[in-house]
Amino acid sequence: MANEIALEMRGITKRFGSKVVANKNVDLIVYRGEILSLLGENGSGKTTLMNMLSGIYFPDEGEIFIDGQPVVIASPKDAFDHNIGMIHQHFKLVDIFTAAENIILGLKDEKKFDMNAVNKRVMEIADKYGFHIDPKKKIYDMSVSEKQTVEIIKVLYRGADILILDEPTAVLTPQETEKLFSVMRAMKKDGKSIIIITHKLNEVLAVSDRVSVLRKGEHIGTVLTKDTNESELTEMMVGKKVTLNIDRSDVTDPKDRLIVEGLNAYNEEGIKVIDDVSFTARGGEILGIAGIAGSGQKELLEAIAGLQKIDSGEITFIRPKKDQPVSFTHKTYKEVVKMEKEGKFHDKDGNPVDFTGMMPHDIKKKVNAGEVLFNEDEPMSLVGKDPLQIRELGIRLSFVPEDRLGMGLVGNMDLTDNMMLRSYRKGVPFFLDRKNPHKLAEEIVEDLDVVTPGVETPVRRLSGGNVQKVLVGREIAYAPKVLMAAYPVRGLDINSSYLIYNLLDDQKKKGTAVIFVGEDLDVLIALCDRILVMNTNRIAATVDARTTTKEEIGYLMTKKTEKEDGNNG
Amino acid sequence: MADKPTAAVKEPLFHITKRTDISTWKKILARAVAIVAAFVLCGLLAMVLIPSIGENPAKLGRFYKCFIDGSFKTINIVWRVLRDLSVLLCISLAITPAFKMKFWNIGAEGQVLVGILAAEGIAFKFGGIFSEPVLLLIMLLSAVVAGAIWGLIPAFFKAIWGTNETLFTLMMNYIATFLVSFFLSLWITNGSQVMPKQSHGALPAIAGNANLPVIILTAILTVLIYVYLNYSKHGYEISVVGESVNTAKYIGINVKKVIIRTMLLSGALCGFAGFLIGAGINQSVSPTSVGGKGFTAIMVSWLAKFSPAFMVLTSALVVFLQRGAAEITSIFNVSGSLADIFVGLTLFFVIGCEFFLTYELHFRKSKQEGKENNA
Repeated sequence: MANEIALEMRGITKRFGSKVVANKNVDLIVYRGEILSLLGENGSGKTTLMNMLSGIYFPDEGEIFIDGQPVVIASPKDAFDHNIGMIHQHFKLVDIFTAAENIILGLKDEKKFDMNAVNKRVMEIADKYGFHIDPKKKIYDMSVSEKQTVEIIKVLYRGADILILDEPTAVLTPQETEKLFSVMRAMKKDGKSIIIITHKLNEVLAVSDRVSVLRKGEHIGTVLTKDTNESELTEMMVGKKVTLNIDRSDVTDPKDRLIVEGLNAYNEEGIKVIDDVSFTARGGEILGIAGIAGSGQKELLEAIAGLQKIDSGEITFIRPKKDQPVSFTHKTYKEVVKMEKEGKFHDKDGNPVDFTGMMPHDIKKKVNAGEVLFNEDEPMSLVGKDPLQIRELGIRLSFVPEDRLGMGLVGNMDLTDNMMLRSYRKGVPFFLDRKNPHKLAEEIVEDLDVVTPGVETPVRRLSGGNVQKVLVGREIAYAPKVLMAAYPVRGLDINSSYLIYNLLDDQKKKGTAVIFVGEDLDVLIALCDRILVMNTNRIAATVDARTTTKEEIGYLMTKKTEKEDGNNG
Repeated sequence: MADKPTAAVKEPLFHITKRTDISTWKKILARAVAIVAAFVLCGLLAMVLIPSIGENPAKLGRFYKCFIDGSFKTINIVWRVLRDLSVLLCISLAITPAFKMKFWNIGAEGQVLVGILAAEGIAFKFGGIFSEPVLLLIMLLSAVVAGAIWGLIPAFFKAIWGTNETLFTLMMNYIATFLVSFFLSLWITNGSQVMPKQSHGALPAIAGNANLPVIILTAILTVLIYVYLNYSKHGYEISVVGESVNTAKYIGINVKKVIIRTMLLSGALCGFAGFLIGAGINQSVSPTSVGGKGFTAIMVSWLAKFSPAFMVLTSALVVFLQRGAAEITSIFNVSGSLADIFVGLTLFFVIGCEFFLTYELHFRKSKQEGKENNA
């Protein structure tokens, strides 16, 4: 079976503009009845290459053969005519239509559509490969995994023999991923050829027959899955040996920094997006937040940052206050003596205060004279405050939002002006101070190895990893007490990802309370100290990252709560 | 597979891709080519549409000469061109802060008009009562306030209730027009509804040149707006709100406040332009005092990519075209609509060339290879 070539790409080159070469002289062969993994870092040209098969891009050079015949694929329609179907990373479905309606959308049929026959045909396909689908269910009622199923059946319905799946597991839980893999194996058995784009090595090894690796747009090589291993594939992918270990530091002296209690919030449509959420983030600790995309993670962070309106609940930031004088208006004599015994007091030179041998009268005198100091924590409520008010209170809260160029940065502005977002209010009235932001931009470029022609380059011109370095660099430069990061490594290559992990861990060592919303459960488990699992806008559980398993988190993420009733594929 | 692709295998004629970068001289060249091409096409069109040229193609030279004469025939004409340019530039500068904020204010026409109405209303009612400098000052203030109010109303509704500013500002234009008609019928009792040229409240000529005050004031404004947009905190906030409202919220910019403040400024500057037209040129007001400049200014501002420095060039181009077209109308005795076609055609080419600056066309490979062989 593995000898019949279904598809061949020969010498494919694709350029964007004059400088960017997305694919360079790529050769690729796909056999009938096999699963081929297309492996490569972000920006290595995997999706571009596949888009040339699905008719979205047209190659500048090279030829494509299907069943040995040269073909031209100039539009998605051509791709369908050649029985190629691509399932994109971002689903292209009409929300208010049912599954079956989406599946037949765009199909030209001479006779009237018979929805009953369509539903039946959809069910036949589903049964054949082991999908679970309700053809009459509307898209907006579906989970991400169900929507993906609709997309796959859509291309099968059109008779696709070659299926391309672009990072299909990025949005799935471990359980859903396993289910998808079994469906893929069933399709393979049926003689379909499947190309799966991914950068997750364990999945490559689990599901595929062969692996083709792309690096910087070039085809590095194709190997049989059974003859390879993770470190060989990584080396092919990155071009050098890399060790993929996250150095998780131990938690020392955690202090409560951010306390969220009974938080509830609704979005603009009046749908509950945060449902009774309570947790504590501690300084010197990384708190992970796991959950299927859209389980309320984004809204939770935005609520803390003052961007999402809160319906009820409390968010308290504990601001450390140093060298506060002890006073008897707040504390009894007994408490003061007890605190002294615990060694909490110091004088203005930082030396410990010792009450031994002192009479109560003298102690009181010393305290009233303001000579006894201690480090106090001051609780401050963040509820009802906008980002500016939060900052004006001196609360050091940094936020790396999910939407980097749409929220964290301004794509059309250069690095300096993007640094200025945080600081432009400072300096002389009315006029801008570009000097300090310019210096900061240069420091970040230097410290984080940002690849850019200069600090005068608009950030949208930078690659994803460099954009993120600029954003994270700016937020860290602010010396935060709480650092929130939403999907900070999404779309980043391996080296940049590990740089970000290390930056987060450095912040943790500095005593910052780090909140990390992630999607890769392996990373969450390796990087975080505690993991909060969100499920349908609630907190399903908080687990210890050092003892939990991927399966446990996956289960908690998808476990049906009493409020949910749909049948979760 | 060395076989030539079969007939069924047909490549599309061309593909469009986005350019990543383009050098500055290429940009300038492309625009120059666009203008030259437009002029050539205008000439061809003139041969078809103007009978006297069609019969005698030698007259085509005169056609082009007319275009240039429109702006450069005499020194007086040059001054008037500079004055017209200044007024258009002033209105373009006025709307630019709002446009940079992506607030699509198409109400400059009305905002300028209420500015003229306020200024000339003051001149009409109080001319001769106050001394000239005091009168001019009151005219200036009332024009600025009137324009600001006209700009504030749509901004307020947009900020509070999220109304569509484009429709809103457009409607405000009609209100302004009819407001002028209303006041004219109130003030001008002879039934003509035409305000005679006011003897009071005219900007004094500088060095005997009546055009100079308008030109100088606009030049100062150009510098001020340039500094405001590029070097002030307000200008920075405008850019951030324009680029991304989410980013603005994220860093704690009060978006509503910025919208209202910017439209207040934009309206006030339109009112100032109204003052220039009223006190500097017309010394009168009529419903057509602005004459569409409020809309032309949108194009001027946009063509300059909202940069005050480039706006000097784009407003010069537009005024040059308009005056050239007017000259052709009178010399060749043709309809004014024909002249408008020439103006529109040229601007179409200039704007259309932006497409080729943003995107690149890739033609079918065989042709491309042919080209490469030639090279």
